This record gives sequence, structure tokens and C-alpha cells, in this order.
Amino acid sequence: MTTGPHLAVALDAAGWHPAAWRAEDARPRELLSAGHWVELVREAESAALDFVTIEDTLGPRVDPFNPSGTGTDQVDGHLDAVLVAARVAPLTSRIGLVPTAVVTHTEPFHLSKAIATLDYVSSGRAGVRVRVAWTQEDNRLFGRRDIGEVDLADAKLGDQVSPVSQLFDETADYVEVLRRLWDSWEDDAEIRDAATGRFVDRDKLHYIDFEGKWFSVKGPSITPRPPQGQPVVTSLAHAVIPYRLAARSGDVVYITPLDRAEAVDTLAVVRQEQAVAGRERDTLHVFGDLVVFLGETTQAAREHKARLDDWAGAEYASDTRVFVGTPAELADVLLDLHAAGLSGFRLRPAAIPHDLTAITRGLVPELRSRGAFRTDYEASTLRGLLGLGRPANRYAAV
Amino acid sequence: MGKPIKQVHLAAHFPGVNNTTVWSDPQAGSHIEFSSFVRLAQTAERAKFDFFFLAEGLRLREQGGQIYDLDVVGRPDTFTVLAALAAVTERLGLAGTINSTFNEPYEVARQFASLDHLSAGRAAWNVVTSWDAFTGENFRRGGFLPQEQRYERAQTFLDTALELFGSWRGDEVVADAASGVFLSDAAAGSFAHKDAHFDISGRFSVPRSPQGKPVILQAGDSDGGREFAAASADAIFSRHGTLEAGQAFYADVKGRLAKYGRRHDQLVVLPAATFVLGDTDADAQERADVVRHQQVSGQTAIKLLEQLWNADLSDHDPDGPLPTFDPVVGEHTIARGRASVRMHRDPLATAREYRALAEAKNLSIRELIIQVSGRQTFVGSAATVAARIDELVQADAADGFILVPHVTPGGLDEFADTVVPLLQERGVFRTEYSGPTLRDHLGLDGGSA
Repeated sequence: MTTGPHLAVALDAAGWHPAAWRAEDARPRELLSAGHWVELVREAESAALDFVTIEDTLGPRVDPFNPSGTGTDQVDGHLDAVLVAARVAPLTSRIGLVPTAVVTHTEPFHLSKAIATLDYVSSGRAGVRVRVAWTQEDNRLFGRRDIGEVDLADAKLGDQVSPVSQLFDETADYVEVLRRLWDSWEDDAEIRDAATGRFVDRDKLHYIDFEGKWFSVKGPSITPRPPQGQPVVTSLAHAVIPYRLAARSGDVVYITPLDRAEAVDTLAVVRQEQAVAGRERDTLHVFGDLVVFLGETTQAAREHKARLDDWAGAEYASDTRVFVGTPAELADVLLDLHAAGLSGFRLRPAAIPHDLTAITRGLVPELRSRGAFRTDYEASTLRGLLGLGRPANRYAAV
Repeated sequence: MGKPIKQVHLAAHFPGVNNTTVWSDPQAGSHIEFSSFVRLAQTAERAKFDFFFLAEGLRLREQGGQIYDLDVVGRPDTFTVLAALAAVTERLGLAGTINSTFNEPYEVARQFASLDHLSAGRAAWNVVTSWDAFTGENFRRGGFLPQEQRYERAQTFLDTALELFGSWRGDEVVADAASGVFLSDAAAGSFAHKDAHFDISGRFSVPRSPQGKPVILQAGDSDGGREFAAASADAIFSRHGTLEAGQAFYADVKGRLAKYGRRHDQLVVLPAATFVLGDTDADAQERADVVRHQQVSGQTAIKLLEQLWNADLSDHDPDGPLPTFDPVVGEHTIARGRASVRMHRDPLATAREYRALAEAKNLSIRELIIQVSGRQTFVGSAATVAARIDELVQADAADGFILVPHVTPGGLDEFADTVVPLLQERGVFRTEYSGPTLRDHLGLDGGSA
């Protein structure tokens, strides 16, 4: 296998900058069309990237770092990310597909079979990014629960029970149910035994009997174990409580350090939480998230960003590091962070297609010229790309 | 002047998790690999069918306290597989069964609106209800709904989803780069809904989809189900595929439309239908008999009889006589998670009919079950079957059929290759799709025409 960082791109609307839809090469009226998504994912696949993530929220997208001035100047309206991934799957063949799914109000039974099915329709390329919903607006869309006021700042208080810690504990239960349901069929449960007339060996189907504080799920899944066994579970994290979720349940966590020193510090916290969770020997990839504004020269990249900021009427702000420069300069930054211990990166293109193609046609060739990125896919499943083996089934007799 | 000639509508049902599906056939393929879904959907599209149909059950069926293992077990997530099929088909409607009891309107509306966008206007929703605590054990809610409230919840669920679909007019996204105005109306998608079941508000995150709303299908046969269909459905999926029963059902549901201010052509009646074809009618009859014996093995016959008897009959010989005792009346304890159990409304009377038939024809348990359960709707040569379908549709026993092949995934091939051309020759089935959306195919309001 080629050494070097793993690379993913985070696809969102016309890009992460709120004015990206106004760029000359943007197609803001096609953001809800299947063709738009197929084209973007194929572009990412052409560079042999590990996977794409697809952003999602239940309600309208709100970017707290870059609030709209008028309520009408930003992209509004988006599709269910799991279905976007499924629509793209048959038209791509190697790249991982990681849609975002909100877990706070939804049913783990439904999401488990949806991601298992995404794994079937993509022949083993499915993952999911789990995300909490904490706002009163989200509560009202479902009308089922009032979670109450949630202060996200509490996520930094690792040893306190807070509404935030409760939301993440619930998410850990949710992921546990996803994983148990994926294992609730053993791989060889379908026997089609003509002699006894049995289609399945029911001793190889398992009730998961999950009982937690927030929900109980009996199982088994209605969907057989997916091709990867366990699709890849990922999450975005900015503080210790979400790091803990990833440490307990995840395969990939996206972190948001502003520089190398913060990356090193965060990595230490994640690894410590991983040890506390008893998962030292499991692979938990720690990816750095960066918003990227790219140009052929540093000056061109700055102008690209300045033009977008002008349109937005404000300088772009983010929850994570914002990189402005050339693909070669970005490669320097990524390889330095990789040397510091980050196993990969999830790049958020500021404007699509401009910054996406700068990644696939600029950054990737640059990394390859340094021997730091694969020239072609080296595995047929997402787990394989990430160096995660196909896991044993927790319910199978050894 | 005679009655105008009606056009036939046809849909393809992916073979289900019951004994209609013959998994033991040498031609039978996977029920979970995506290639099987692609194969059946592409066959249906090649034959210009209206839509592809997926059923759903949210808990594996059990009998005698154990997972039922004689039929196909396992299926994909409905939305996900339909979204993937949208990538490998261009015109075929994509219909999915989604439960209104174990879902929430906001989420389901988002998923159907997304599917309609991603398929460019081909989504359909078969609205089903359930109340059983057995299925509820897989969900946050648990089994919360009294049986008598299930259609009330289904109706309010659908009404709520329709409000969400209608919360965007369709002209709000202007995306004018020069002026920087993306949305003409900051309140687009706003909704507030409150009734006995749902109290929700906010903004719906999916702009209006190509069909405006998915085609609504309904499958319940009870009075409540028929009323629900008459009030709200675009098509009804019935089980009455014969002339007399079909006509009675057709007249009944169409007769209910007026009180909701709806026209006759706003509800398409589509009975489910199985079929066995042959070179001649006699050949088809012979094949049909073989298929019936594949569908009802000795073990399956005992299990089906247990569902009526509501008792463990595992010590009975399928090649022997019916039990000497009567069915156990009362709460069903033997079989869980399947709709057919509810069809035995008067088990004692049904058992009396079975005994009389078995005695008159000297039938074993297995042969009796083969006779009384699920005989194929259409058996004959392609010419016979095409004529029969046309006859039933022109006689207002149906507007078309949802065909249920018994072999996955190739079970529709012969029908597509032999019966469809004959229907086309008769001038009662399309040779090309007339429009891009499923509403166009079904001749419903809101199509692109």
C-alpha cells in the first residue's frame, strides 16, 4: 500500500463558502439534480480519493459562522444525504460514500438498514457520518421530544453530565445499535437448504436485545449483514465529549485543529479517550478538517477568496482551519500534519467545482509526485481503503 | 357510441418474503444483491411498465416463537434501493412501501421529496399502517398505537406530509448570481401543523420536487383502508383480481370518490396478480401446478395451516388429513409479523369449508392448502393472458395489475417478451412512455403534460 495521508472531500451544496454559488463555474440551479452529485463524486473518484462525505441537516442549513444578511442570499434547500449517496453509488465503482445522518430524532433501526443497503448498492463502499441535532428548531420539526436548551460549550466539560453529554451518550447507544444490527445476521445465515426447505439458518440470526436509557431495539435487522460487515462510522468533533463518542464507537473522526500544535494536543486527547474506552488496539483514524481556497499561485488563491468574501460582504469564518494557497503549499501543510500523527484529511472545498478540481487535479498529482498518495485504488471496499479489515461478527460462535 | 377503450397499467412487484416466491427454483437468484433489483427494474422498464414496487416489513416474521425460515428472509431499505435504482432506469416509476406508524412525517416527506428529485419525478409512496407491538419492539416508540387508530394516524400522517410537500411553490429558487439573490422568499417551506397525532413546525428543507408530491398508493382492504384510498390515494393496490370480485371492489372504491370531490380517473385500481405462462394453455396449466407444489411444500402447508388453526401442528403429516380438533379461537399466538394472519376473520367457518373440501375431494393437508391458497391469477398462453388482462380492464374489474413474479430476478422476462407485445398490438398498452414522470404514466393530475 502507498504510504501518505488518506484524503476525503466534504461535499456541500456549491461549496463551503456562503457565496460559492455565485461563482462563474457554479451551477446553483442544479444542486438538487442527480447529475450534479454524480459529476462531483466521479471527479473525486478520478483522483482515487478515499471517500466523499455529503453534508446534511434535518431542517434548512444554517452556518452559524457565516450568517446570512438577508435570509435570501445563501443556498437554501438540500436533499437527504443517504439517498444522494445511493443515487450516486451505481454510477461510481471505487470511492467510499459517507452521507451524514442525524441521529437525535431518527430511528436507529431505519438508519442501520439504510446504510447496510447503501453498502449493497455500492458493493462495499458505505460509511456514515453521525451527527446530533440540538436546536429547538430541530425539535419542532419532529415534535416528539423537547431536548431543552443545549449549550454546546458544555462539550468541553468531559467530566460533567450536561444536555450535550446526554446527546452524545445517546449517540453512542445509537451507533451501538447500528453495529449490532449489522451483525444480527451472520454472513452464512442464508442457506437455501432444499432438503429441509429452509431459506435461512435461524440460529445464525440474532436478536440484539438492546435496552438503553433512550430506546430499546429488539432486532434482528430485516437486512442481511452488509458486504463490509460493518460499514465505516465517522463523526466530526471539536471537544472532548464528541472525541469520546468517536473513541467509543467510531472508525474515523474529523477534528478541527488550527495548527500543528493543536493537532498534536487533540490527537493525545482522542488516544487517551480511546484507551479509556478499551479500544487501544482498534484503528481509529483521526482526520484533520480544512476548508481550502486554492489557486495556481498564492496570489490567485487569495483573490479567489477575496472575490467570494466580497460577494458575501464578510470575511469567511469557520469552525476549522482555513487554508488559502497553492496545491503545493497545501501538500506541505498536509504532510506536516500527517507527520504529526493525523492519518488523513477531509478537505472542504470552499467553492465547487473550482476547489474540488484543484484538489483532484492539483493537490493529488502534487502528493503523488512526492510518493504520498496512491496512483490508483488499492482496495475494492471503503474499509479496505482505510486499512480496516473485514471484522468478525460479534454474534458468530468462534 | 361505445365506451372508450381503456389503457392498461402494469407494475412489477419485487418478489416478496412469502411462499409465492420460489427460492428453490434453479433460476432463483439473490433477494438482496443489488443486481437482482436492477435486473427486474430494467426488465420492467424495457416493457414500458408504469412502475416498480417494493413491499416492506419492519420485523422478521415469526411462527411458534421462532423466526420463520421456510420463505425468503431479508430485504433492503426501501428508500435506499429505490434511489439507487433511479440511477439505472430513466422512466420507470419507483414505488416504495413506507409505514406511517413507525416513522415521522417530516423525515418521510424529506425522503420522498429527495427521491422525487433524484429520480426526476418518478417517486411513489405506498402508505401502510400497522399497530402491532411486535414490530414496535424495533423502534423508539414501541407499540403505541391502538388498532382502531391506525388509519386515523395514517390519514393525518399523509395530510401532514402533503402539507410539507406543498410548503414550496416551486418558483422560489432564483439563484441570480448577479444580484446575489438565491431565494425569492425567505419563508419558503414554512409550515405549522397541529392535530391529535402531530404537532410540528418549521421550514421544510427540500424545495418542490418534479411531481410536486409522490404518487400515493394504498393497499389496505378494510373499510377504513378503502375510505383512506378514496380520500387520498392516486392508486389502490387490491387483491381482487377476478372478474366478479374485481368489479365489486372497483365499483366500491370508485363509488367513494365523489364524496371527496374526486373524479373516477383520479384513483387507479391495480390488483396484485401472479401469472404462469406456457406455449399453450394446457402447458401453462401444467407449469402452474408445478409452481403451486414448489410454493407449498409439505412444511409450508403445515405452517400455513397453523396460521388458521392458531396452534402447533408440527406433529401432523402434510400428506395426511386435517387435524381432528377445531382451530383455537382467540388471540393469535402462533404467527407474528405477517398480514395474512388477519385475513382469517372467522377461523371456525374457514375450517368447516376446508373440511368439506378435503372430504369431497379426498385431499391431504398439502393438497388442500395448494387448492385454497394463492392460486395464480393468470394461467395460460401469452395470447390467453393478454386477452384476459384486456378483458378485466375493459370490464372495470381493474385499471391494470401489479404483477408479482415468483422467481427473482428473471420472473418477469417471459411476460415482458410475450404478453406485453400482444397488449401493445391490441392497442391497450403503451409502446413508448408519453412523459417523464410517474404521474404522466398513470394519467394523473400533476404530470408534466
